[in-house]
Amino acid sequence: MAISPAYARPRTVDSGFTCGACQRTFPMAQAAGSLYVCPACGHHSRISAHERVRQLADKGTFQEWDADLAGRDRLGFVDTKAYVDRLAEARQRQKLPDAILTGAASISGHPVGLASFDFGFLGGSLSTAVGERLARAIERSAAELRPFVCVTSSGGARMQEGVFSLMQMAKSVAALHELVEAHVPFISILADPTMGGSIASFAALGDVILAEPKAMIGFTGARVITQATYEQLPAGFQTSEFHHARGLIDQVVDRRQLREVLGRLLAVLGPSAAEDARRPA
Amino acid sequence: MRSADLDGNAAGEAAQAAWAHVEVSRHPDRPYSLDLVQRCLDDFIELHGDRQGGDDAAVVIGLARLGGQPLAVVANQKGRTLEERGKRNFGMAHPEGYRKAQRLFTLAGRLKLPVVSFIDTPGAYPGVAAEERGQAWAIAQTLEAQLALPTPYLAVVIGEGGSGGALATLLADSVLVLEHAFLSVASPEAAAAILFRDAGRKQQAAAALRLEAANLLEWGIADEIVPEPPGGAHTDWDETARLLRPRLEARLLELTSRGFDPARRRERYRRLDGLFSA
Ligand SMILES: [Zn+2]
Repeated sequence: MAISPAYARPRTVDSGFTCGACQRTFPMAQAAGSLYVCPACGHHSRISAHERVRQLADKGTFQEWDADLAGRDRLGFVDTKAYVDRLAEARQRQKLPDAILTGAASISGHPVGLASFDFGFLGGSLSTAVGERLARAIERSAAELRPFVCVTSSGGARMQEGVFSLMQMAKSVAALHELVEAHVPFISILADPTMGGSIASFAALGDVILAEPKAMIGFTGARVITQATYEQLPAGFQTSEFHHARGLIDQVVDRRQLREVLGRLLAVLGPSAAEDARRPA
Repeated sequence: MRSADLDGNAAGEAAQAAWAHVEVSRHPDRPYSLDLVQRCLDDFIELHGDRQGGDDAAVVIGLARLGGQPLAVVANQKGRTLEERGKRNFGMAHPEGYRKAQRLFTLAGRLKLPVVSFIDTPGAYPGVAAEERGQAWAIAQTLEAQLALPTPYLAVVIGEGGSGGALATLLADSVLVLEHAFLSVASPEAAAAILFRDAGRKQQAAAALRLEAANLLEWGIADEIVPEPPGGAHTDWDETARLLRPRLEARLLELTSRGFDPARRRERYRRLDGLFSA
């Protein structure tokens, strides 16, 4: 459940936006207009949770849930730095209490519960606060019959919370049972990266699973596999396309089409579908 | 002596204590799942296969009885000889192992059998083929199957409880942990590699993760710590089983006699960390 090795990241410089894959630079307005997908090579840069919500939610419809929900350092954890200091810095930098943003929104006019992971916040890792906010968003979506849309970008467990982090896998899956009982759909979107405990729990349990192109997805990171087994990694190992070819992901969707694809899915699966399912035959 | 030295010594002692715990849990003579199944349960009959084309020997499933009560059993299995270690893959399952566990949960639900699981795994197997066949999906679906299981479910961690691979058979109504067993978000070696970029600092990582069994009881993740013979379970398998069997019986009786409701199990794992009020 390690955070995957450094992947091409966007570098923002005053003069523009540089693609982490092909290193070409574009004016910021152009980069924002293409949703931080490189206009030259198509590389999907990682984006913040706030940016993701801006891209997916209909303008002005996002109503944040549990905005103040924050956790604490249960183990008094210190590695090369104190965990409390890591948390404080991440909160300041990412403008979030922890690595997830949740709320109500509309996507192409369809009401949803929306969750978005923030990779910039300690690798989008699963803390108790992240697990709690995710679980609450799932339960509230079930109660309000809102299809639940979750965009994951997470390295997996948060080592600094030890076994409490591990148990968030159980917590999120327990919460998902509410969606099952309410017949409310769950659309899971895998963004770069979705690893370890995140893909081995809630993120793999979407009724529909979409992924952004070339996102790294898998249980064990490639570096750890190589160190443990000395195995040769096949071409494209653990990319979205790799899992799609093996029947594990429904569609690989370019970020620039994601909103439209979600709109079409929600039109079929929307709240009326949930209400139909709840009505006795 | 300056206080920094005192802190340094205290940290060193904590690391040594945590590491000693890990070493006992991994002792080569420690009883493995089948050793305890044979000593604690009656009439064990092994079943094979996930019914989807695989039969992962790192996971054992079967039927048994305990105090007259029929049971479904699922266990991680390590090998002791060189040959058996290879066959059991050191107790590290591929997706077929988790699907085999799912099959057992399905069978238990259909036949209204309580489930007992024995956990002893370093974790899910970290290999190319496992990833190709959907390791993460298999674990996620097993978590879901446990939380949907309609019958009473008892888990006992007997050795190593490594990360998501251990969680795949841990989400029970009652969780017992042997005195020298542990449950961890990652192996101490993997945690050290991530936290310090140095797998050699495994002792320090083990201390920081506070992975001794007693903490699990304090945190409400385990319901009971089962004592081992002096020195550890490896010194006397029969005595280990003699200490464990009555605890399994008592817990099972408690679960089967109290108007069982699987929603309570989901509630347990939903509220487990106890940090947030509903
Ligand atoms: Zn580019």
